[in-house]
Amino acid sequence: MAKVLMKGNEAIALAAIKGGADAFYGYPITPQNEIPEYLSKHMLANGKVFLQAESEVSAINMVYGAAGAGKRVMTSSSSPGIALKQEGISYITAAELPCLIVSVMRGGPGLGSIQPSQGDYYQATRGGGNGDYHLIVFAPESIQETIDVIKESFDIADYYRNPVMVLVDGLIGQMMESVDFDRPVRERFLPNKDWATTGTKDHPGRRNVANSLYLDPQALENHNIHLNEKYKLIKKNETKFELVNFDNPEYVIVAYGTMARICRSAIEMLKKEGIEVGMIRPITLFPYPEKAFDQIPANAKGILTCELSMGQMLDDVLIANNGRHKVGFFGRAGGMLPDPEEIVAAIKNFNERVVK
Amino acid sequence: MDAKNIKVAGFGGQGVMMFGQILAYSATKDGINGLWFPSYGPETRGGTANCSVIVSEKQINSPVFKNADHLVAFNLPSLEKFKEHMANKGLVLYNSSLIEEEIKLDNATVVGVPINDIANELGNIKVANMVMMGAYLQLTHLFSDETIEAIIKKILGERKADLVQINKEALEAGKTFVKKLGVKYA
Repeated sequence: MAKVLMKGNEAIALAAIKGGADAFYGYPITPQNEIPEYLSKHMLANGKVFLQAESEVSAINMVYGAAGAGKRVMTSSSSPGIALKQEGISYITAAELPCLIVSVMRGGPGLGSIQPSQGDYYQATRGGGNGDYHLIVFAPESIQETIDVIKESFDIADYYRNPVMVLVDGLIGQMMESVDFDRPVRERFLPNKDWATTGTKDHPGRRNVANSLYLDPQALENHNIHLNEKYKLIKKNETKFELVNFDNPEYVIVAYGTMARICRSAIEMLKKEGIEVGMIRPITLFPYPEKAFDQIPANAKGILTCELSMGQMLDDVLIANNGRHKVGFFGRAGGMLPDPEEIVAAIKNFNERVVK
Repeated sequence: MDAKNIKVAGFGGQGVMMFGQILAYSATKDGINGLWFPSYGPETRGGTANCSVIVSEKQINSPVFKNADHLVAFNLPSLEKFKEHMANKGLVLYNSSLIEEEIKLDNATVVGVPINDIANELGNIKVANMVMMGAYLQLTHLFSDETIEAIIKKILGERKADLVQINKEALEAGKTFVKKLGVKYA
């Protein structure tokens, strides 16, 4: 199909429909409102469910219920709204139910601003909810990649019985780009949802229960071990990253989402000046592509982590680097977006950027 | 064609966002890449509205650019704000109906078009942005008349199909104004 020009939020909504979404539950918040707006028109028209709940807490628990019934369910929100959903997200993960959560980050903390940010890296990868759990977190850099990831996300969630979060910044939500909706999706063998709470007429003699309560410590530890095994499998199978300009880089940038695209332009500018800079671009934030760091040449002068935050992914970079190279940081926050020239300057003055 | 970074700015309601979107739609229709993003949020209310557009045959990397190749300014505050951020040999197109003083910039071609006056003569102030579009295309030759008209038809849809004609007239009037000035850019 020919490409179409589409706003990021609307593209997220259409991609979710193409990915097989049965139901959407959400509550409005800028800068992601075009997602529910689009779905409110197109889900009902296709015989699917769209429901604007009375709050984010309510919406995520509707996701919990519908996911328990075996449906392909999604919700979307932005930073403070995702914060409100954390309890439900922890429960859904504990009950091993699949769903899609789209998080369009704005400035924080608190109400913050409605401008683009990457200040919710911790929220997405460390869990704002309680307990030992992980989401599978994708951080696409363009509207095209967001579409490709969303189309696949329900399959991934179903396969692992785990929520998938697609984490983008407000810029990806608000901008328009030329995109193709017909790129192929990887085929996966998906087992039947024989765990779904669809009524005993579907599974006579067996009660299916969606549950996150384990009062017996041994039973809960067994469940924790089982979940941990699953996260290990996810790490083995689903870790995704891209290496950019990695032939023999003098410095290596690590960046994701919109920041990675700004860095791509900076890398081209630096190349013209004879400075070779590579980039590790994590596409999954959990699992984090630690192995990519093994490919950094031993003689590289340093790693510059670039984020639209005061330094969150920086922790994962320090873990993955494990003391091998100097690590520096460049960040803008509050909705401020750097231009590529600022990244160029940060590389040239790398020593001033070193944090460890 | 090299990638073009374009800044479009003016008051809310002048058709600034639509101007930018038409460029991005046209790029997409012509099979190259288009990117559009608005400054969004409360700061745009009553003040300047602006959007950034990038059109490129190659993959578009940074959506953010420091310097624009082309600035299309619909009012004075926008011109003041963005004229300092021009790439070498850029193009500045401004609304001379609202900006009376003579504008001169080093290293940029500067063209004033009285888009409000021309649109009023055509009988509809709302097409002022398409007068600007006509002038812009006459200078840059980025997209063909067929492409732009097809996009305008699509945006107006059946409900506003009666407005296609005056939009075409506005494009033509913008082109004619620049031709008469005798300015060349691209």
